[in-house]
Amino acid sequence: MNSKTKDCLSKTYRDWLWVILVLAAFLGGYSTYFILEHHSSSPEPATQSVQHHEKPKIELQTASQRRIDVPLLTPWLAPIVWDGTFDEDILNEQFQGRNITIGVTIFAIKKYVIFLKLFLETAEKHFMVGYKVNYYVFTDRPNDVPKIPLQEGRKIITLVVQNYSRWQDISMHRMEMISNYCHQLFFKDVDYLVCLDVDMKFNDHVGVEMLSDLVGTLHPGFYGASRETFTYERRPKSQAYIPRGKGDYYYMGGFFGGKVQQVYKLTKACHEAMLIDKSNRIEAVWHDESHLNKYLFLHKPTKVLPPEYMWDKQLLGWPAFLRKMRMLAVPKNHAKIRNK
Amino acid sequence: MRWRSMLLAAITLTLLSIFLVICSMKLPATEEKKFRPFPQLLYPQPKLLEQQRKDVLTLTPWLAPIVSEGTFNSELLNNAYRPLNLTIGVTAFAVGKYTRFVRRFLESAEEFFMQGFQVNYYIFTDDPEAIPHVPLRPGRNLSVIPIQGFSHWEEISMRRMESINKFIASRGHREVDYLYCLDIDMVFWNPWGAETLGDLVAAIHPGYFTVPRWQFPYERRPLSTAFVADGEGDFYYGGAVFGGRVERVYEFTGGCHMAILADKANGIMAAWQEESHLNRRFISHKPSKVLSPEYLWDDRKPQPPSLKLIRFSTLDKDSMNLKN
Repeated sequence: MNSKTKDCLSKTYRDWLWVILVLAAFLGGYSTYFILEHHSSSPEPATQSVQHHEKPKIELQTASQRRIDVPLLTPWLAPIVWDGTFDEDILNEQFQGRNITIGVTIFAIKKYVIFLKLFLETAEKHFMVGYKVNYYVFTDRPNDVPKIPLQEGRKIITLVVQNYSRWQDISMHRMEMISNYCHQLFFKDVDYLVCLDVDMKFNDHVGVEMLSDLVGTLHPGFYGASRETFTYERRPKSQAYIPRGKGDYYYMGGFFGGKVQQVYKLTKACHEAMLIDKSNRIEAVWHDESHLNKYLFLHKPTKVLPPEYMWDKQLLGWPAFLRKMRMLAVPKNHAKIRNK
Repeated sequence: MRWRSMLLAAITLTLLSIFLVICSMKLPATEEKKFRPFPQLLYPQPKLLEQQRKDVLTLTPWLAPIVSEGTFNSELLNNAYRPLNLTIGVTAFAVGKYTRFVRRFLESAEEFFMQGFQVNYYIFTDDPEAIPHVPLRPGRNLSVIPIQGFSHWEEISMRRMESINKFIASRGHREVDYLYCLDIDMVFWNPWGAETLGDLVAAIHPGYFTVPRWQFPYERRPLSTAFVADGEGDFYYGGAVFGGRVERVYEFTGGCHMAILADKANGIMAAWQEESHLNRRFISHKPSKVLSPEYLWDDRKPQPPSLKLIRFSTLDKDSMNLKN
């Protein structure tokens, strides 16, 4: 190949390179624009002669950056509360005027009292900051409840309850205890109830964006999994039975909540279902969590919390869709802690 | 002899039908104490790794869903709400010449609006004789509510808030659970169902959903109670569709009415009458659910690709001819 041809060729290559680069830049810009903005072929307002000089787009000045990588709504139009989809200021403005009190139920039975300190300290930093909060600590060891400095408007109420020898029984009886205390305490004292596992810590903001009539949280271990793999109770004999081919999500037993009236209905229904199962000599595969899943399948939650609200970093790492880890599992030795 | 064979046949038929009924029934096991009915509905698993509609906004920053085709499963929603035995109310004002729209409104509503629910239509009119008799499905009723007519259409429009508010106080709160306040000069073209139910519901005005908010036709004179400053506002909502739980609609219309009265006392009328006041109020009392322009369309506008379905839209008419 002589030098003249070589020059011609390299020139052609360069031209083509420029064309490709320009095209790529154009496509990149256009596709971003197309995905983020809303087009209309004819944007004139119905009655006014306002001039439009720019390409029209949907614009919500108050919006935080949008998420397109995850679903924002369930098929029954309950929001899935992902980071980036809500504006904290707007929500706080809506809730501050209502003078609400949020109740938190946690069960620290037997050795689980050791989790209280970290839970409460991190809750003070991240949970419903600026709002009135009542921590209801259900325990059989009231003297082991730590004294934690609390923000104004927040208090710890210790409720002494019996323990059970099996950890499964402790877990399941939470439903009964919560529903019992609704009449005694919760209806009067709080507007919303959040029922949490105690072996967790708050790691990031958890606020009023999560409040709604009935709230369930997506179990981090089943996010994105096919519903055939969900560990629903599959034996028809149990009240928690959900057949194959049915079900929306797999919800976490350790994080649910809502208005007191709704939580009362849920906990009462689950407790009664567990009593029926007991009389039929069957125990659901994941205990109260199985019954919770059955209840939330039949009574769809009005808000669903994504796995940001309940994550296990050790087991599950840090995938791309997870922008925040709001609550994390505290590593523990299961054998040592349970049944002690 | 004939009697005997007839009797035999009757007994056999009875036994056969009992047998069939028993076979189709689920015999409870002797130990089971309670049987909860299980929903028969089958639907695909909700996807968690992708969004249904990427081309439109589906959630407001205060977590109110924006309802459009593809974001919801209507069967699921109807199944969830129908057993609750709700009564849905609709108010519509047919004053003066607007009575001519009642027939088409009602006929199309009978086909598409809240199928399977108990519905009460309340037509407010100054000419009850002019309201046509439209056959309604079972469980659906029509009430004609006489009101005073006014010479100026603006006055008629603005008085709606007061009329609805008074109506709820006297009758509405007893008769309905949810109430929608709709314009009468509109037609239903596609299903409008339980996906629209919510505590307080607004609809995006079809003329402004692609427009930046500084161009929204808010009332811009500070003297008016409907005044919206620059930098304020979320969407421009249409006055032709709003609703929600009857208690919330009562509060909302009451608030708008008071604001309209205050303006009257100051000798000012908002740019778009009660629509301006509605928009002002929806900024401070944000809707819990927002309906996309599918639920409030203007047939004069070309349909953009993002609009998959038109459910409720204006009737093409010469509006100037009709007003006054």
